[in-house]
Amino acid sequence: MKILLTLWLGLAVSISQASAQTRALTLPRTVPAGAALSVPTNGTGEGVLYIVGPMEVLKRTLQLGDTVVFHQGELHNAGHYTAFLEAPSSREIVDFDVVAQAEPASISFLAKPSRLAVNLPDGISGVAYLFDTFHNLILQSAQVSFHLSETEGAIQTHLVASRNGVAWVQMASAPKAGIAQFLATAGGVTEKRIVQQVPGDPCLIKMTARRAGDQLVLETEPLRDCRGNPVADGTMVTFTETYQDSECTVDAPLKHGIARALVPAYSGSVISVASGVVMGNEIRWQAGR
Amino acid sequence: MSSGRLLALLLTAATVAFIVVGTLWPMDSARAMAGTQAGLLPAPASPEAAAGNLLREVARRNWEEAYSSLANRNEFSELEFMRDFTGAYPGLRTYATLDSFELHPLHASGDETEIRAVLQWSTAVGTFPDVRDLQVVRTGDRWQVAWPIVKEARVPPQVIPVNYLRWDVIYRGPEDDWGTQDVEAPHVRIVDMHPIDRGGGVVVLGEILNEDVVPAFTTVKATLSAKDGSAIATEDAFDKMCHILLPKQVTPFRIDFPDVRLSQVDSIRMAPSPNLVAASADPVIEIEDQKLSSLPEPALSAKLVNQSGQIVNVARVLATFYDKSGQLVWVSGSYADRALLPQAAVPVTIPLPADLASKVSSYRVIATTYSSSRFQ
Repeated sequence: MKILLTLWLGLAVSISQASAQTRALTLPRTVPAGAALSVPTNGTGEGVLYIVGPMEVLKRTLQLGDTVVFHQGELHNAGHYTAFLEAPSSREIVDFDVVAQAEPASISFLAKPSRLAVNLPDGISGVAYLFDTFHNLILQSAQVSFHLSETEGAIQTHLVASRNGVAWVQMASAPKAGIAQFLATAGGVTEKRIVQQVPGDPCLIKMTARRAGDQLVLETEPLRDCRGNPVADGTMVTFTETYQDSECTVDAPLKHGIARALVPAYSGSVISVASGVVMGNEIRWQAGR
Repeated sequence: MSSGRLLALLLTAATVAFIVVGTLWPMDSARAMAGTQAGLLPAPASPEAAAGNLLREVARRNWEEAYSSLANRNEFSELEFMRDFTGAYPGLRTYATLDSFELHPLHASGDETEIRAVLQWSTAVGTFPDVRDLQVVRTGDRWQVAWPIVKEARVPPQVIPVNYLRWDVIYRGPEDDWGTQDVEAPHVRIVDMHPIDRGGGVVVLGEILNEDVVPAFTTVKATLSAKDGSAIATEDAFDKMCHILLPKQVTPFRIDFPDVRLSQVDSIRMAPSPNLVAASADPVIEIEDQKLSSLPEPALSAKLVNQSGQIVNVARVLATFYDKSGQLVWVSGSYADRALLPQAAVPVTIPLPADLASKVSSYRVIATTYSSSRFQ
């Protein structure tokens, strides 16, 4: 039985070797993108080798039996390729794949939105596309690390394995307003985006009035939202003074958290303050108080 | 041959006669074309003629002639007289032309007459009226106007410290990767919208709020659709809204469709279009002494006071009128015809249609500004 098996295996090996010797073109099944490639050929006489791939056709005239060399970077588009060897008496066709390099060289990072309110669950989304040196999408799974660093130093980190070249994550915005850095890292490559976390509407508007000559200086206390964040500078605050049958209004922007305006000092006038849909306190101005 | 000579002689004589008549008694239009010399004008024989002559010279911007015809030249200089019409600082008046005027005699007593002159100035943003009560006095055999000059407030030289707040924007560049997101457009919201049938057309009134923390340049378009879904007309608010909205700022808007009936309209599609722009939060404009006058010519009058240190060349006010239930009744706007100097009050009047005056219960006024020297 042993002798029979040995004979059969020997026969199979010799048939395989004979077949290889008769094949004019030998190519690996997969080739890394951009790598140099040597293609040995068999036979005699002149031939022409065509390699047809995505957005690329290469042609080499050769002597059968020589080795054709493709230098680094010549085959760089990932995808399915077909090699045609045209000899005087035969034609051979071999299929092979050029695959993206395993190491990411660049990340296309989509972070949205660039500006959002504080404390929003799953408010920030990040999508990372991994590419190699030749901008081929890396389909093999790779670890992508997403970091969201906030103004007060707190960091949210998520480690995500890419699938078909894409990794994505959703994160909550911080309770504190400020500029956050959103980073996506894969291999040695990092991409940064800026996410602005902005405060909400003012929680409470409180103003004071003091006399300055024949005018009143109206000033709000520093405005904060209901989580204690300073309301963004530039936010419009409207002061309205009503006196008898006339009104006086001033739209003043917040500067350093405070809105300030001047109105005529009429004894008996009623002064109110508002910002957007939020109303503040009311002052009834009597002469001197 | 002799009849031909006679005809030529007659034509020559008639031409000479017409030239003499036209020179001695020129028509108003001919005077305007020729650029009138004082010597050619007859002495005004009536107060109306004196006022008319003066205003025609003003329309031609012939300040020297106009000034020399005044009865009260000792009260102000020619430069001050000119600045009464053009403004000392560039403003709406600087580029305005006197389109027409009307004269209404008020009182007459021997050698003195009072005439109300209603001047209509024409500008790129529409017309504005200027009403002056003129004293016309007889001096010898001629009538002369005593011009009621309005001297612009002067601001003494000083330094006014202002903490400017502005936003600059870095947009996505052509070299950026496709994944690099651009800055988010501002979030604006239409908080009110109300179509009305008015004057044989449809008017869409509404208000827009900038909910964001950045300034927004906003336009609003409305498309009226018929019952079969076809678009009837599309218009935008043009200057009946404030286009640059600072955070939490609300602007009214009014979109006019003059040739559409409300009964034709099945639905209205509103399309606000906000864009992030670099903008400044200044200047701050106080709108004081707001008063709603009643019939026969209802209007909202107010005074604009520039609380910043920067000169505002053109200021515009927009008023939103509400009824007792807080529903929008009308949106109207007007321009200040003079530049706003720091702390100097400039009056404005916002017209309100007479038939809507009785419905108005409350109002809100906002101001927008343009400064030619805006700090960039």
